[in-house]
Amino acid sequence: MSDVYLNGKFVGTTENALGFTEKLREERRKQAIPPSVSIYHDEESDEVQIESIKGRTLRPLIVVKNGRAVLTERHIQQLEKKEITWSDLVKQGAIEYLDASEEENAYIAFREQDITPEHTHLEVSPLAMLGLAASLVPYGNFNQSTRLNAGSKNQKQALGFYAANYPVRMDMDVNILHYPQKPIVNSIMHDVSKYEKHPVGQNIVVAIMSYKGYNMEDAIIINQGSIDRGFGRSSYFRPAIAEELRYPGGLVDEVGIPDKDVKGYKSERDYRYLEGDGIVYPEAVVDEGDVIIGKTSPPRFLSSMDEYSLTTSIRRESSVSLKHGEKGVIDFVLLTENEEGNKLIQVRVRDQRVPEIGDKFTSRHGQKGVVGLIVPQADMPFSASGIVPDIIFSPHGIPSRMTISHLIELLGGKVGALSGRYIDGTTFDAEPEERLRKDLLDMGFNENGTETLYNGLTGEQYKAKIFIGNMYYLKLKHMVANKIHSRARGPIQLLTRQPTEGRAKEGGLRLGEMEKDTFVAHGASLLLKERFDSDRSVIPICEESGNIAVRDILRNKSYCPIAGENVTINDIEMPYAFKLILDEFKSLCIYPKIELEEKY
Amino acid sequence: MVTIQKEYLNALPKKVIDDLKKELPKDISEKKLQKILDECVATYESMKVDPGESVGLVSAESIGEPGTQMTLNTFHFAGVAEMNVTTGLPRIIEILDGRKEISTPMMDIYLAEPYSKGEDIKKIALQIKETKLKDVASEIFINIADSAIEITLDRSAMKAAGITDAHITKALSGAKAVAAKLSGDALNVKAKSKDLSINDLYKLKEKVRVVHLSGVKGISQVLPVKRDDEYIIITAGSNLMDVLGLPYVNPKKTVTNNIHEVSEVLGIEAARQATINEVFKVIESQGLNVDIRHIMLVVDTMTASGEIKGITRYGVVSEKASVLARASFETPIKHVLNAALIGERDELASVVENVMLNQPIPAGTGLPQLMVKAQGK
Repeated sequence: MSDVYLNGKFVGTTENALGFTEKLREERRKQAIPPSVSIYHDEESDEVQIESIKGRTLRPLIVVKNGRAVLTERHIQQLEKKEITWSDLVKQGAIEYLDASEEENAYIAFREQDITPEHTHLEVSPLAMLGLAASLVPYGNFNQSTRLNAGSKNQKQALGFYAANYPVRMDMDVNILHYPQKPIVNSIMHDVSKYEKHPVGQNIVVAIMSYKGYNMEDAIIINQGSIDRGFGRSSYFRPAIAEELRYPGGLVDEVGIPDKDVKGYKSERDYRYLEGDGIVYPEAVVDEGDVIIGKTSPPRFLSSMDEYSLTTSIRRESSVSLKHGEKGVIDFVLLTENEEGNKLIQVRVRDQRVPEIGDKFTSRHGQKGVVGLIVPQADMPFSASGIVPDIIFSPHGIPSRMTISHLIELLGGKVGALSGRYIDGTTFDAEPEERLRKDLLDMGFNENGTETLYNGLTGEQYKAKIFIGNMYYLKLKHMVANKIHSRARGPIQLLTRQPTEGRAKEGGLRLGEMEKDTFVAHGASLLLKERFDSDRSVIPICEESGNIAVRDILRNKSYCPIAGENVTINDIEMPYAFKLILDEFKSLCIYPKIELEEKY
Repeated sequence: MVTIQKEYLNALPKKVIDDLKKELPKDISEKKLQKILDECVATYESMKVDPGESVGLVSAESIGEPGTQMTLNTFHFAGVAEMNVTTGLPRIIEILDGRKEISTPMMDIYLAEPYSKGEDIKKIALQIKETKLKDVASEIFINIADSAIEITLDRSAMKAAGITDAHITKALSGAKAVAAKLSGDALNVKAKSKDLSINDLYKLKEKVRVVHLSGVKGISQVLPVKRDDEYIIITAGSNLMDVLGLPYVNPKKTVTNNIHEVSEVLGIEAARQATINEVFKVIESQGLNVDIRHIMLVVDTMTASGEIKGITRYGVVSEKASVLARASFETPIKHVLNAALIGERDELASVVENVMLNQPIPAGTGLPQLMVKAQGK
């Protein structure tokens, strides 16, 4: 006697659980029960669980009966002739959807030739066990799973062609690759997902060798000639947004070129790209600090004096300008209204990004690397037939990571490029390596893909044969232009007078606690003092009370708020942060006295 | 044996002098000996730590840096040993924090002759292992009607642990509150005072369960093993005082990993050495290379006061003279408020305070000071 549950609720019992579930499933295949219903027999607790609620992940499988797949060759032919569709197969009971629990009752064959009489289902394709991104890795079954994972993650960060209507969209932080290509080595999933409509990379020539040590630690070397021909070029789009906000009292923001008497007026130069309406003109070449949208806001506080004063209240400058380190060309200007009916201005800035040292590139196998050197084409190695690699990849990236698919793709790309065809690299079902090798041999190349290369600088022949071929390379969205940062002097925080933090605020690079310790360990005491004077300040201290004294420059007088005027007051150098903590002590009713003594 | 001039005896450590005596040829000329000794003294002097060297910080970095690699290694070691032993970073933290309750107390009991050769090793191990009443009981339940606890004894367990009826009656006869009666396998424990509440009865049952029958208290498991031609007993649980008192134990070699126990039984000097050994053992087992002097320095600061103090805000940090230094390490408000209450004065004599005030730190190049005061008119 087994209990039967429907969506977790007890509905009855059955004497023959196996027969019961079998019968229910038959009914489902006959369309008497919706295909999304799952029937699961839990043998351990002897329960039958029937689920129809939403939120279960279902996956399609081919039904197997008596050791033979229900889906036959005839079905395939009908599908090809477009006489039937996928949903017809479900209706005919050839395909059914299982959820995670019903899968426990199923015995699923991986390939058709593996089917035995015990099997209940067959995978639609072995590729079905991988997700979309993972199945885009060619020859994925030759890899460690970690690398497959890294490879599919990298593809998500690649620059490509994300939407065909990008010229009329206002997306934040968007990149478009200039000459995207369809990969030579592809898979079924590339066709299924219409990859050629939104490709993310380019087919290039890769040589696996070292080059003067500039490709150590995963760095790659790029051919300047390839860059000039358009490799890895992309555009970076970023909108600037301004709104005409309304304030209480009928006051309103105003878009326009600010008047010179506006509080916080920049310089005439900064407003030079603005047209009469206060907005830049398209195709203006702008640099950091340039105003894109001129705007003024009403004063923040209305004092009683201002209300009666004859002069009109002074407005505040609140223009939108390019931040530190940003540059580009004005691409698109959009004028509209927001939900509240306020005027909304969006200006899109475009910046062409040519590959430079520090940009990140990757193949589809988790072999990411940063550009270490850009070499003139004349100095790149070349083969007897005149082939020059676009990228030089370090051989040290291979042994420890064991990305065999990377090597096979290189081989496959070479065959594809030489014979002018696409190579099927579908995981578990790819064109075998042996055939690629044979094709290479037939075309008069070394079957292992190596070639004799010559040193581009000296013309000497390299002693080793170099593994060279074609690969699909992706440019990743992490570009140095968005990350480079340095500072000698710059903005400080109001409260502590210490440098601000972070690239966006042009901040300092903190010498932290542990870095401080290294100075102490070296005994470099004066160097440590010098490093830590970012917030140095000179504070007058009253010797009588040990308190911070006041220096009144207007009256040229110094006095102590506690001990009065007839006291000795000395200027003491200390970090402003320390003065701040003394003030905080005072706010806690703790009186920190500073006792002074002669240094020598 | 070479005789070494008196003036060198104080200039060099004893170990070096002993080595020299052993290594130098007997018929060495006076002149050559002089030259060698001078060279030794010069080398020894150059190896000394310079004044103003931040030895504590260098120790901290020298232990801390390999410690970052240790965190990752820790997982691989868990569960490998026969008894699950805390090693790696958690163990280091436990020792340096000076924790009283360590997670896996253990002893290595060395035995006196002839037991160290393996004689009666199983029997001795069994004698050391603590047996409680619950270990030999197959059933314990409360009889509410008679306000008594009824225990069914497990004869096979008793035999295995070497417990007789006499052991049990003797152990229970010592208790004042109960009267025990044994008939066959049934043991009846009755409270002497009448009308106990169920709550009290339950508490009594819990007490009876853990009545000590035989063995050394605190030793929950024993494992006889052979280590370098000698049979020793490794135990889970530790009781140094009682184990050292056993006649068949070699008290000179027996050790525990509970440093507080060592401190209580053998004194602070032994505890210092035990702590150094324990820390070094962990670092060595991780395949890391940390000079033992760094560990010695840390352990010296932990034990210098005569009792074990952890490197925590309650331990050695609370001993710091400077308010600012204490406040900069955890719970600043507590330290500042307490300092304000008693009007504490900070002499700014140490490193941390001077970093806070951005003054030259009294270490390294900041240490030398002018001693002569200018006598101007």
